[in-house]
Amino acid sequence: MDRADDRSAPVARIEGVSLRYGKVQALDAVTLDIPAGRMVGLIGPDGQGKSSLLSLLAGARRMQEGHVEVLGGDIADARHRDRVCPRIAYMPQGLGKNLYPTLSVNENLAFFGRLFGHDTAERTRRIRELLAATGMSPFGDRPAGKLSGGMKQKLGLCCALIHDPDFLILDEPTTGVDPLSRRQFWDLIDRIRLTRPQMSVIVATAYMEEAQRFDWLVAMNGGRVLDTGTPEELLAQTGAPDLDRAFIALLPEDARRDHHKVEIPPRDPDRDGEIAIEAQHLTRRFGDFTAVDDVSFRIHKGEIFGFLGSNGCGKTTTMKMLTGLLEPSEGTAHLFGGPVDPGDMNVRRRVGFMTQAFSLYTELTVKQNLELHARLFDMAEAAIPPRVAEMAERFGLTGVMHTRPAALPLGIRQRLSLAVAMIHGPEILILDEPTSGVDPVARDEFWQILSDLSRQDGVTIFVSTHFMNEALLCDRISLMHAGKVLVSDTAEAIIETRGSATLEDAFIAYLEEAIGETETAPEPAAPVAEEAPTPRRGFSLRRMFSYSVLEALQLQRDPIRATMALLGSVILMLVIAYGINMDVEDVKFAVLDRDQTTVSEDYILDFAGSTYFLEQPPLDSYADMDERLKRNEISFGLEIPPDFAAKVARGEDVQVAAFLDGSNPALTESIQGYVEGLHATWLTRKAREAYGEAAATGDFDVEMRFRYNPNVDSLTAMAPAVMPLLLLLIPAMLSALSVVREKELGSITNFYVTPVTRLEFLLGKQLPYAVLTLMSFFILLAVTILIFRVPFTGSMPALIVATAIYALASTGMGLVISSFLSSQIAAIFATAMITMIPGTMYSGLLDPVTSLEGFGRVVGEVYPMTHYVTIARGTFSKGLGLRDLGEAFWPLLASVPVLLLIGALMLRKQEK
Amino acid sequence: MNWRHVYHLGLKELSGLFQETVLVILIVYSFTLDIYTTAKAQPETLNAAPIAVVDEDRSQASTMIVSAFYPPYFVAPRLIDAAEMDARMDAGLDTFSLVIPAGFQADLLAGNTPEIQLNVDATRMTQAFTGSSYVQQIVTSEVTEFLNHTRTASSSPVDIVIRSRFNPTLDAGWFGSIQSVILSITMLSIILTGAALIREREHGTVEHLLVMPVRPIEIMVAKIWAMAAVVLVGAAVAILVVVQLLLGVPIIGSVWLFLAGTLLMLFASTCMGIFLATMAGSMPQFGLLLMLVLLPLQVLSGGMTPAENMPAAVRFVMQFTPNPHFVSLSQAVLFRGAGLAEVWPQLVAMAVITVALFALALGRFRSFLR
Repeated sequence: MDRADDRSAPVARIEGVSLRYGKVQALDAVTLDIPAGRMVGLIGPDGQGKSSLLSLLAGARRMQEGHVEVLGGDIADARHRDRVCPRIAYMPQGLGKNLYPTLSVNENLAFFGRLFGHDTAERTRRIRELLAATGMSPFGDRPAGKLSGGMKQKLGLCCALIHDPDFLILDEPTTGVDPLSRRQFWDLIDRIRLTRPQMSVIVATAYMEEAQRFDWLVAMNGGRVLDTGTPEELLAQTGAPDLDRAFIALLPEDARRDHHKVEIPPRDPDRDGEIAIEAQHLTRRFGDFTAVDDVSFRIHKGEIFGFLGSNGCGKTTTMKMLTGLLEPSEGTAHLFGGPVDPGDMNVRRRVGFMTQAFSLYTELTVKQNLELHARLFDMAEAAIPPRVAEMAERFGLTGVMHTRPAALPLGIRQRLSLAVAMIHGPEILILDEPTSGVDPVARDEFWQILSDLSRQDGVTIFVSTHFMNEALLCDRISLMHAGKVLVSDTAEAIIETRGSATLEDAFIAYLEEAIGETETAPEPAAPVAEEAPTPRRGFSLRRMFSYSVLEALQLQRDPIRATMALLGSVILMLVIAYGINMDVEDVKFAVLDRDQTTVSEDYILDFAGSTYFLEQPPLDSYADMDERLKRNEISFGLEIPPDFAAKVARGEDVQVAAFLDGSNPALTESIQGYVEGLHATWLTRKAREAYGEAAATGDFDVEMRFRYNPNVDSLTAMAPAVMPLLLLLIPAMLSALSVVREKELGSITNFYVTPVTRLEFLLGKQLPYAVLTLMSFFILLAVTILIFRVPFTGSMPALIVATAIYALASTGMGLVISSFLSSQIAAIFATAMITMIPGTMYSGLLDPVTSLEGFGRVVGEVYPMTHYVTIARGTFSKGLGLRDLGEAFWPLLASVPVLLLIGALMLRKQEK
Repeated sequence: MNWRHVYHLGLKELSGLFQETVLVILIVYSFTLDIYTTAKAQPETLNAAPIAVVDEDRSQASTMIVSAFYPPYFVAPRLIDAAEMDARMDAGLDTFSLVIPAGFQADLLAGNTPEIQLNVDATRMTQAFTGSSYVQQIVTSEVTEFLNHTRTASSSPVDIVIRSRFNPTLDAGWFGSIQSVILSITMLSIILTGAALIREREHGTVEHLLVMPVRPIEIMVAKIWAMAAVVLVGAAVAILVVVQLLLGVPIIGSVWLFLAGTLLMLFASTCMGIFLATMAGSMPQFGLLLMLVLLPLQVLSGGMTPAENMPAAVRFVMQFTPNPHFVSLSQAVLFRGAGLAEVWPQLVAMAVITVALFALALGRFRSFLR
């Protein structure tokens, strides 16, 4: 495909695409051509199909129905995806969602560079240029997690641009970013497009005012395309003054029927006397980071007070201090004239709080959510049904009472959150970004409700937002940045003071004043002279290594995890190797002596005198014996019959009986052996006493030779088998969580949209943990030899080679688990199940695998640990080397590619 | 504490759990199939012990000895020659190798006291110990039998009869199945409460509760009762259906007493789950912590090897965990038919541990939530 063709033909063709998640229809027969070489904006509220469409275009999500052609080929075709993915860049929604927070800016960029096959020199050059172009050069060593929202998004953009894509897909890159950074971000995109005019860009956004600067717009709602065209065309067509209104005008009739512009009546100034919320010099520090810095304000009863600022500026922290969730480092917060006391349940009953992260219990229906909260606020059982009905009516939830929140559009979900926060009729409402991602119609409805609450019911409302038009609706607002309140006044007064045209301009002016010169001015983006090398298909060591470096860095930044893995193994080794002990010692027994002669006492003395047994007070009956066996006071009872001595003397047959507690068979068997042994010794001694030496000589002798472990020492037998167990449990858990965690936190997208293959991904993830396993092995080896003094008799190289293979097998087991599970809890559970049980039961730790039965035997035969135990015992105790242990090596070696293959087959290269 | 809050929050926990299909499948598996296969797989202490015989005598006496080894205790002995013996033992193919020297029978009849050599792979502790005494007994009785045909000897007049109470055939599967149930109980109660708590914090839903008039203790007790209920039902199914009905293990004691003990055990282990969650900063750390705790609990509570044999230090530490008490309670109640009069010390111990763990977890829980 020639690049000249790309410019005339659309960059992407979408035909009849539908997508559903369970019951939710995300896309409904969308047909659309995306023009090439332009900046295309996708506008519309959240949850209306924008993100789904973009992830389909990026090839990150599996196609369900319809046909999408990107860069001249079918994106559902894996081969085409492989071919074009180096030309596509995708930045998913969410602040820094595809970045790794513990890695520095440079490390994040290097990770992506390696994925696209750049060598060190190439990578360094590109990173330097990109950072210079975005004004981020001074922050190269800062961890991504510690960047501000705007800088995170710039870094995300750099990561997307590192391979010079022809098609750039940005999903809400500026949501939650302060207006200044937002403006800078778009300027940056414009500059980059100047140097790379052939690049096509598609952007989703929830800010209509941003959409104004795009070349071409697609308005979406309810999984359908409402209209397309340039911003001017859309405005002209609807006759609306701005895109917000234009969008509403484009909505189908029934969606905008009830819509009217929000008008909040002015407040009655007489009510200003009472102060509902007061903050005095509130400061909160986390370590050396000051999240909220000397914030003071007063909010009157019935007032709507807005907090305007970007993500991470301290809005949420301030709100948490007001609700008593966080203790202020300095300053005080007052509610209803009294200081905030986290223990005061009565204050909590007067406050309603809607948190940003919380979007209700998804496992409960709308009705159940309302009922649960009513009960938690201690409403009388009889009062609940009418109140729930009233709230449902007021917030328009009547039709969805038996639906679960996950199946509802975001707008309704936010109304439900508000209903939940209002269920107990609070006097103060604290709302943290309640309308983030809600469509304009629903947002206006929401604000109408707030207006009614404030003006009619006198509820004090403290609301945070990053939408300017919402801030304009508040009675007063505070502009917040980096923990500080920049200004606090009515919107009109703020605009007037700065002499700006709009609130946004005023805000930006304040921001520029506050920030000063902290971020260096960006240099003009240097045109990238060289073409990006086309990454080779097939296995690439560099891409694999990219994931290895990533995991190694993450492990290095989480020293607790590495320490736990290494030190934990040693502690477990000490505890378990000493703990598993087969030696019988001090077993308690008691005697029911019905003879009471010197002969019977002599017999008993042999038992009581042995180190194995410990005699307890004698028994007086069978009932007594039973009772004490039951109570576990004795492990066995010995019964000596009446006339024992007489019968022995006469040479008549006489039977002594031993009653053993059989509830723990392993122990019972050992005790049984010792009892029989002592009995035989006594007989021999008696015979010797009666008939002299000759009689005591047996017919034959059995010469016992305990091989490999002549002293029959528990440690010598156990330590080499416990080591394999530990080298399985911990590495498997580490690797299992490494993949699932990416799935749960969202960075798995990088795997979906970059050229990395499944094998490279899995192997890359595995390597650092395999190395850690080897380190752990050497420590355990030292413990075994130096502390336990277990002699090592065989070939050390053989054991090391086997351990290296085994490390890949045990981490491989973790990867198999994590390649098909998607939640961390399930992965922890499943890993514990498939390692703990076979490891302790079926792998020859205690019982040799050949003695197992049924399914356990089958598992034991193929389980990698079985073979490694054979090798460990062979090299430790049996003096064996590589050649003698071939039979155990081959299955162990085979398990590595088998596990890797299973993992690769179960791992999906696209989201379902 | 407001019991209404506790009740309704617990219901919420339950409905959340039942919507996670994978977890439900894993829970069902761990209380049914898992227990069944573990019990079925577990050998009696001596089961199919691999034995080989180097018979250099090839006489009537040696043949009698060889034929005396048969399943289920031993595999049918493999006749090998002396050269093979070492290699086979090295490879772990045989646990026992018996060497009957040439001229054994002749020496025996002549009263020369010949010597039989028994080689034991002593790295296989369980089989090595019990097996070698079995082998010795079998050889002795065969030789005696052989000699009885040829001469009349005085058999020893005093005999010892050994009876195993409570589990006459010493079927290891009986106790193995209970041991599996106990592992499932411990593992599930820790994971369900602990990991779920960490996830709730990662998703921010615990925080939401704290702005309502709900106390941390209510949140904690709600989690404990809900998860304990799930695991208790699982344990009851495991004991009544899988262990008793499918595996046919005769339970002579009171199942109800066992379940009452289980309930106490669950309170303790769910508290432990919460405590561990508050210790771990993130899910990967919790996963590691879980392994570090679960393995000793499983191996050192007296189920796999007798607690009596463990070093004093290990036993001392282990008695502060609920597991050894629960293991000994289950053995006593289910197999020895012990009643409340016998097992009250274990119940008291578990109750004390529960209270201590609860207080510890609650103390950390408050700061964990903030």
